[in-house]
Amino acid sequence: MSEGSYKKRFDGRKLDETRKIKAEVGIIPNADGSAMFSFGDTIAIAAVYGPKVMHPQHNQNPEKGTLRVNYDMLTFSVTERKKPGPSRRSQEISKVTEWALEPVVMLDDFPNTVVDVHITILQANASTRCAGINAAALALAHAGIPMKELVCSVSVGKMDKTIVVDVIKEEEDYEEGEGATDIAMSFTSNSGKLTHLQLDGNISAKELKEAIETGKKACKEIYEIQKKTLKSIKE
Amino acid sequence: MTEKEREIVIPGEIIKEGDDYLPGEGTRREGKNIIASRFGLKDEQNRLVRIIPLSGVYIPRRGNLVIGTVADISFNGWMMDINAPYSSFLPVTECPRFFKKDDLAEYFGIGDLIACKVDSVKRKGVDLTIMPRGLGKLEDGMIIQVNSNKVPRVIGKEGSMISMIKEATGCEITIGQNGLVWIKGNSVDDELFAKETIMFVTEKSFVDGLTEKTEKFLEEGMKKRGKIESARNEEGEI
Repeated sequence: MSEGSYKKRFDGRKLDETRKIKAEVGIIPNADGSAMFSFGDTIAIAAVYGPKVMHPQHNQNPEKGTLRVNYDMLTFSVTERKKPGPSRRSQEISKVTEWALEPVVMLDDFPNTVVDVHITILQANASTRCAGINAAALALAHAGIPMKELVCSVSVGKMDKTIVVDVIKEEEDYEEGEGATDIAMSFTSNSGKLTHLQLDGNISAKELKEAIETGKKACKEIYEIQKKTLKSIKE
Repeated sequence: MTEKEREIVIPGEIIKEGDDYLPGEGTRREGKNIIASRFGLKDEQNRLVRIIPLSGVYIPRRGNLVIGTVADISFNGWMMDINAPYSSFLPVTECPRFFKKDDLAEYFGIGDLIACKVDSVKRKGVDLTIMPRGLGKLEDGMIIQVNSNKVPRVIGKEGSMISMIKEATGCEITIGQNGLVWIKGNSVDDELFAKETIMFVTEKSFVDGLTEKTEKFLEEGMKKRGKIESARNEEGEI
């Protein structure tokens, strides 16, 4: 790990240190459940509505409820103005978030219904999908949706040969040596199972295993913060 | 029921170890442990552990009194909207008087508010009834919506809170478990006062000694209103 060209991180963090995490629950009064989650400059808010009857009717599932996620970035969240509305990227992240959360929600008692999760990125500095998944997990719990456990998400990067936790934009664009690999991953909080894994770049199987272990460790810290946030809520 | 601090639990948390307890609502057994399935307050009674919800949508239970809006009329009853994730139906056969089946809109039209009881909750939906006394169409008055999780607080222990509000404001109040509250008083001012008090209770629901605080709120409100009324009477005399 020591032979890579990337030895010191751009913002002076330790290799296995995440940015400052902030979380809050119940920030949107009109939603059934809501939460904010931020990794440093990356801020995501999530609002949960439902379970409510699914419309259009042909999308109803008579066996169990459906989870529907919508991820969106605000126009001012990035340096270059983002065109508003759904894009190929936002659709992909919506779907991926849905798959990351689906294994833990138990909607068997709510046939023909839908649980809507709206994730909005207020400010972006990489790892937005991870912040979004963390916020969504908190919001789902806050909305009283039956869940097996929570989901924690973190991005792990490989800068040249160095594995780092919680990637920022500058690191994503790192080009020296082997370049940058960005791996977004999500784990269930207690059983530690992987529910989501995405990879952008090149990495060997051995290094990937190492990256997943590193991510798992970081997720434990994130879980503690999620737990603290939910427990500190006033009735 | 003793008022002690209840612990907040989160999904996936082990709330009881061993076989001594039975898993209640919102919990499940996994091997030796009882695990929370949802976010809420842990409540232990005898040997049963359950979770009291703190947030989320209203989930109908059998026997609940709810206030619903007529959403649609079918050939043998009314489709109702009770703010729950299930479709709910009020059949004509569950009405106390004889209703002619050919024109149900004559009795309850779309948009009417009806106080009803949950008769059964099945997988496919909720069946309602208005057979018990005191149920049926709500006319005049005003309707407000509160968080359905705060309803037990508004009602109070054995209805203590709500009867206090009723007495002080002189209003007729019906609280649906789904969070809809119907208020009917002698004047709009009375109704607004009752509304304000109910809102006060829902906002301060986590405060200790809520009953005393509400009593004070009611007293102060009455004083203020007393002044206004006497001022009005004087004006009338002039």
